[in-house]
Formats: sequence, C-alpha cells, structure tokens
Amino acid sequence: MSEPHEIYQCQTVNCGCLYDPSRGDRRGKVAKGTRFEELPETWCCPVCGAGKRMFRPLTGPGSVKDEEGFVES
Amino acid sequence: MEPLQIAPGIYSVGVRDWTIRDFHGYSTDLGTTYNAFLIVDEQVALIDSVKAEFADELLAHIARVIDPRRIDLVVSNHTELDHAGGLARVMHRIGEEKPLYCSKMGAKNLARHFPRKWNYRAVGTGEELRLGRRTLRFLETRMIHWPDSMFTYVVEDGILFSSDGFGQHYAGPETFDDETGERILPHAKKYFANILLPYTGLIEKLLQQVEALRLDIRMICPDHGVLWRKDPGRILEAYRTWCRQEPGRRAVIVYDTMWHSTEKMAAAIHEGIAAEGVSCRPMHLRAFHRSEIVTEIFDARAVVVGSPTLNNGLFPTVADFLCYLKGLKPQNKIGAAFGSYGWSGEAVRLIEEELERMKIPRIQEGLRVPFVPEGETLEACRAFGRAIGRAVVESTAVPA
Repeated sequence: MSEPHEIYQCQTVNCGCLYDPSRGDRRGKVAKGTRFEELPETWCCPVCGAGKRMFRPLTGPGSVKDEEGFVES
Repeated sequence: MEPLQIAPGIYSVGVRDWTIRDFHGYSTDLGTTYNAFLIVDEQVALIDSVKAEFADELLAHIARVIDPRRIDLVVSNHTELDHAGGLARVMHRIGEEKPLYCSKMGAKNLARHFPRKWNYRAVGTGEELRLGRRTLRFLETRMIHWPDSMFTYVVEDGILFSSDGFGQHYAGPETFDDETGERILPHAKKYFANILLPYTGLIEKLLQQVEALRLDIRMICPDHGVLWRKDPGRILEAYRTWCRQEPGRRAVIVYDTMWHSTEKMAAAIHEGIAAEGVSCRPMHLRAFHRSEIVTEIFDARAVVVGSPTLNNGLFPTVADFLCYLKGLKPQNKIGAAFGSYGWSGEAVRLIEEELERMKIPRIQEGLRVPFVPEGETLEACRAFGRAIGRAVVESTAVPA
C-alpha cells in the first residue's frame, strides 16, 4: 500500500477513482510501482476517461484538503 | 402497442411500464417507458434494449416490423439495466455473434453484467457507422450519467438517440412532445433534478460541444418518456437553464415529527417565511417522496430541515433525505435546521453538520425547542422563519 500523498484521486464528479502506484493500472498497461508523476500524459482515468490533470493527491501539496485549508487561512 | 414509425424506416419499438411506482428510489407515479429504436436500412440496427422482464415484449414489437434475426447489429448507449437488461434475451434471439456497438467503458461494464463474450465494438466520439442510406455517428457522454453513457446520432435524419439525457419518467398514451404539450416539462425537470443534478458542469460542456458540432437536430429520442420532435430546441434550452441552478424566491421546509412538536415548529417557521413574501412549501418526509422533495428544492433558495431527536440521533427519514440530497450536490442553496427534542437534542446539530458537508451555508444558528412548542417558543419559530425569508429575499431576484 502506498502513502496517502502518493495516491491520486480523480476529481470528476461522482467518479472518485484512485490511482495507487503500488497497484499500477493493469488495463492501462501501467506496471506496479509506477509513480503518478511517471504516468504518460496520454494516460486517462480507467473509470471515467478523464485526463491526468483531473487527479489530485489524497493529502499533501496539491490535494483537495490542502486547497480547502488554504482558502480558510 | 404497435411499433410506431417515427421517421421513414425508423421505428419506436420500446415498452411502457405502466405499473412501476418506485424506480430505484425515485417515485414514478405514472410509470415510465424503456424506449428502444429499430432502424431498417441495408443493415438493420437496434438502438438500446429494455428492462429484462420486458425483453419478450420488445422482441414482439420488433417482429411486427421485421424478423428479429434480421437485425445485423445492436447499439447500447448505456449499460444500466433498464436499457441493457434485455440484451441477454435479444442477443440470444438475433444471434450472439452479431456486433454490439458501445463506448469503451460500455464494453467493459457490459462484460461485468453479462458473462457471455459478445462481439463488442467499442466506438468513440466522432466515429461513424454506415448502415446503407443512413450513417450513425457516436458521441461519448462520459459521466452523464455513467462512465459508459453515449449518444448516437443519425446524420441523414437529424435524430439524436440521447439515452437518459432529456428523458422523463412518464408513461402515457403519447409518444411525442407535441401530444403532451408543456405538461411534460415538470417530468423532465424532476428527472433532471433527481438523476442529472450532480453532473450539471459536464452537461453544460456537452451542450456547448453539441452546439459547436452544428448538428442539425430535428428529433431527440431519449430512452425514457416522450420524444422531442416538435421543438427539440425547447428541451435543450430548458437544460441550459437548469444547469445554471438559479434559485427562485422560494423555500422548502423538509421535516418529520414524532408527536407533532417539530411539525408545530415547521408550521410557525412557514408562517414567518411566508410573511416575508417568500413562496414556501412544508414537506413532511412521510407524506412526500424524497424525489418530489428534491424537485421542489431544485427551484428553491432555502432548504430548512427539521428533525426530532430519536435515540440521540436524527430521525431515520431525515437521515435518509440528507444522504440523498448530499449525493445530488445541489448548488446555490442556503439552509437552516430546527427540531423539537426531549432531553438530549442532537438532531439539529447533526443536520447542520450535514448541510456544512454539502457546502450549504447556514442562515442562522439552528432552533431547538424542548418537548412541545407554545407561546414564546412558537414566536421564536416565527422569527426564525422571518429571518430565513429575509435571507431568501436578499439573495434572489424579484420573481417575474
């Protein structure tokens, strides 16, 4: 299992697909252990087909939580 | 019912489900339809299927036009079982080897519904299939409202088979919008509010995309309800408006009650809201279905939720409603909570927490009344209502 900041989640409404580097993306021919940053720009969400830029990490810089915190402060 | 020719060589062969009253938790007081279409050209195509238990009826309709074995290919715009459930029966009858056109996600999702390895042909936006005189053009509509959703457009006839888009849960003697007139629109709105609401951002983009394609849309055929042939622009325009989720000068009080105390509060709050000139409907959760309530909320600015405290928690129907509303992600609402309680009174705070999760700003702090409201506390309820009414007036346009 990867660390939460390494797991990326699709932000398309009601999609929520997780990319976990420890699992890779078998159907998208992405080997286990491939970090999100290393995915090709052509890679897309296996559930809803959205592009890579729709994904955010679960925690840490660039995460949804991080942005909400930023707005409040 | 006789299959109906909706354009030369194109037949509506779907079925009416007159008796369904609960469509996965959506109230269908007049039933619904599962529309499917047959295109007879050099190649014969079936667009979509029906719910599994109506598959024989679908096949009987097809048989009145053509021997079902003469169907050369099937297009599945959406894998949800009210449109794909009948596929097992259909494919068995027409030939399991026949090509089945769907989106990439459609092929993936159909395989998870049906063990049989069908001849899937995954198609993407802009891809075309020549039937003979006619051409089918596919348009993927991912997440409107499932990952597999797509539209199929008949280029020569200007017909858009729009799957669940522009649909209505309505079964009647009519087939077309010109037969129902404007009274079909509330059904289309209820469908939008209860099925498509989370996806308004995506729908806006799709409408822009369709506009940019400059398609000559002469008829829109959804998979539920009547077909838009008189004025397809009317429903497109309605969707554009609904996507904006602009609230009217209205409020909805949604509540349940155990010994009429929360109900008395609701009545007094209603008085207060109405006194400010805001149109408001109190909706008891065991008198109104949740899908009716959401349709009412769709047009409203304020959502006022009341619950008694039961066993230190929310009343179950209120929890059900909040769970349902949260999933639909309504925009541009303001809210407030109230409730009667005996000794602990957690419900009001729990409602407020849920409203906060929905990013619905609180108009004022929730109002709690121990046991039965009377004189002074009822006056507090009226004042609470007036504050809600004023907040609605201040944040909405004057009704036309």
